[in-house]
Amino acid sequence: MSQCDSPDLKQRLAPILQKHGRDPTKVLQILREIQDTAHCICGQSIDLIAEHLDLPRVRVAGVAGFYSFLAGGQACGEYRVLFSDNITDHMLGKAELMDYFSKKLWLEPGKVSEDGLVSVDSTSCTGMCDQGPAALVNGMPLTNLDENCLDLICELIRSRKPVSDWPPMLFEVQDNILRKDVLLGEAFEPGAALKATLARGPRETWAEVDKSNLRGRGGAGFKTASKWSFCHAAIAEEEGHVVCDIGDRAERIMVCNADEGEPGTFKDRVLLNSYADLVFEGMTVGARVVGARRGFLYLRGEYAYMLGKLEGVLQQRREKGLLGKNILGEQGFDFDIEIHLGAGAYICGEESALIESLEGKRGRPRNRPPFPVTHGYLGHPTVVDNVETFACAAKIALHGGEWFAAMGTGQSAGTKILSISGDCERRGIYEYPFGTTIRQILQDCGAEDPYAVQVSGPSGTTISWKEFDRMIAFEDLATAGAFMIFKRGRDLFQMARNFSHFFAHESCGFCTPCRVGTTLMQRIMDKIDGGHGTASDLEEMKNLGQLLKTMSHCGLGTSAANPVLDTLNKFPDVYEQKLKALAFEPAFDLDGALATARRITGRDDKEAHLGAES
Amino acid sequence: MSENKKIRVATCSLAGCFGCHMSLLDIDEKLLTLLELIEFDRTPLTDIKHCSPCDVGLIEGGVCNAENVHVLKEFRKNCKVLVAVGSCAITGGIPAMRNNIGLWECFQEVYQFEGGLEGGQVPNDPELPLPFDKVHPIYEVVNVDYFLPGCPPPADAIWKFLTDLLAGREPKLEYEMLHYD
Repeated sequence: MSQCDSPDLKQRLAPILQKHGRDPTKVLQILREIQDTAHCICGQSIDLIAEHLDLPRVRVAGVAGFYSFLAGGQACGEYRVLFSDNITDHMLGKAELMDYFSKKLWLEPGKVSEDGLVSVDSTSCTGMCDQGPAALVNGMPLTNLDENCLDLICELIRSRKPVSDWPPMLFEVQDNILRKDVLLGEAFEPGAALKATLARGPRETWAEVDKSNLRGRGGAGFKTASKWSFCHAAIAEEEGHVVCDIGDRAERIMVCNADEGEPGTFKDRVLLNSYADLVFEGMTVGARVVGARRGFLYLRGEYAYMLGKLEGVLQQRREKGLLGKNILGEQGFDFDIEIHLGAGAYICGEESALIESLEGKRGRPRNRPPFPVTHGYLGHPTVVDNVETFACAAKIALHGGEWFAAMGTGQSAGTKILSISGDCERRGIYEYPFGTTIRQILQDCGAEDPYAVQVSGPSGTTISWKEFDRMIAFEDLATAGAFMIFKRGRDLFQMARNFSHFFAHESCGFCTPCRVGTTLMQRIMDKIDGGHGTASDLEEMKNLGQLLKTMSHCGLGTSAANPVLDTLNKFPDVYEQKLKALAFEPAFDLDGALATARRITGRDDKEAHLGAES
Repeated sequence: MSENKKIRVATCSLAGCFGCHMSLLDIDEKLLTLLELIEFDRTPLTDIKHCSPCDVGLIEGGVCNAENVHVLKEFRKNCKVLVAVGSCAITGGIPAMRNNIGLWECFQEVYQFEGGLEGGQVPNDPELPLPFDKVHPIYEVVNVDYFLPGCPPPADAIWKFLTDLLAGREPKLEYEMLHYD
């Protein structure tokens, strides 16, 4: 906006550029800060960044155009209000509230007000499903929105009060922990797991993690001890043998994946808010085991409000000698953690896209193999683990592998934290031993007349009421933690349609099957929703789903069709009710699409209309 | 094959440039072989104005106005197998480039601004087909059985496609016929 045109742009950007030095991996962090201060990223800022970092201009522009919080070259209002678009927000009245708010501000969603003051839009799930409808205003989370709240927010915006001076109650985020087990239940003394690790030794600690059968909590369930040992082995202790191809410069990197983008998941938010020490300690234990000196926390842009608090925890840990040089007095045990902020891209939860993003690039998934454990961040052997995995690792270091392996089921040791939202009385965080049935969980959270559950978010599985005796475990229903409940009477078609929009928006655009396939899927769902659906559309979606599953470059594409295929399979009636005819129907309203031309030409003759019989 | 068992083929160009028809003619001497196997119904080559029941309908071009819909529906009703031929029929193609421009802006540019037609007036003659807001691929309006890609599809691809179909085989195009650089 006008601020970008100002001649002193260079001076205003100077402090941001200076702060980050000439490190090209900082592109995303620099762009984020410019977006926050100037409310847009203009061509001139991109020129300045490219010059400062000695990068091609397209590299910088490419990053600016990729992340939805950066909004490319488009301007945003001084106040940017983004409503969370998850199905659980919709069930709590998101669409009506957004409409109410936009009308009150005389605004069209997606556009900036004439005076540049405010813009309103939707954004993918902000991770507040237990306290929705939710939104973000200039990166700060708004929860439990209702018309009264929005009236107040309108007033605050109109009076141009800085967001930092808004009443804190607007930004209250509850943990809502409703069931605790070993991870959340026990008090944790910072440093205890590290002391145990040092006493036991790195190899022995690895053996405990191995014995524990800990598997990754991000959903895929890869065995953590194997990942750690691959990373360790990529640079052999003995001279000479290096698997990764960057030679002697190679060092090992620990990355904590806190890009919790899967709609309906919010457990990492709670872990980082109230158990950050446990998570950071798990990373440090891992660093000791694999021999890493550098670590990153990749924090999703939606959780940027926690940045200050987390930096504080890291600082405290440095002061206590739990991070930094010679940790707990152990000579040569150096490790520190840097926080890297995302900017609204679901794809960055995929580990190789996350690493690209850490390097300051577009979040495009890499070809695998080689895997990050040998060729990761800037080519270094890199471990990427979920927030909860690190929390488990800290506990295992403290209590030993057998203790952990004794909980859960045969193939799924330990506990799992679930983020429960949707139609139930008590939404929030529940920690269960693996093997707990859906029925038990539904009973505990007070779900009334449950009809379906979306386990592990849009990329997961839709469970019908007939399957409530299935259990949370890698051998049955693997999950990253999302658990969205739908009562009888909810329109599951709208759930699947919401998810199809989510995937079409979040596809990174790199491979054609996913870029085109997710959009075609979204269009057919909209066609059916608009009353133009036919039986052949359902067949087309099945074919499209198969193509997405088999031809996509990464997990986003391969799982993007899941909600549509699952609901088609388990709830065919929700589609059939909406079909207009079994024969073919046009995808759009033929007569309606002539209305503009009728208005311009003033025609209303027979040839200017297309009836059903035409 | 006896004369009365020939396969009946109809063709038309909606919002297209007739380039796909030119490519069909580009089959060259094989056209003579083809004509022993097929006969034309409604097509710009025969100047027959309306379709009668046919085996194959080849559609070039996307759907940009009300008349296109009538023609397309007539083809669908009469043809056992309907084929979208070329980029415009499949995706909207070049004519769909106007989809990012409002219809009023298009009309102004054509009829009202300098160098325009019709004495600065937007015509309202019922003889003229009324345009849609946007140009659509034909599969959005009728069910399409096959898509033959290319801009235009090479003559060899059209030949292979038709002869496969005539022989009762599922048409299959080799990679060489599907890459255009």
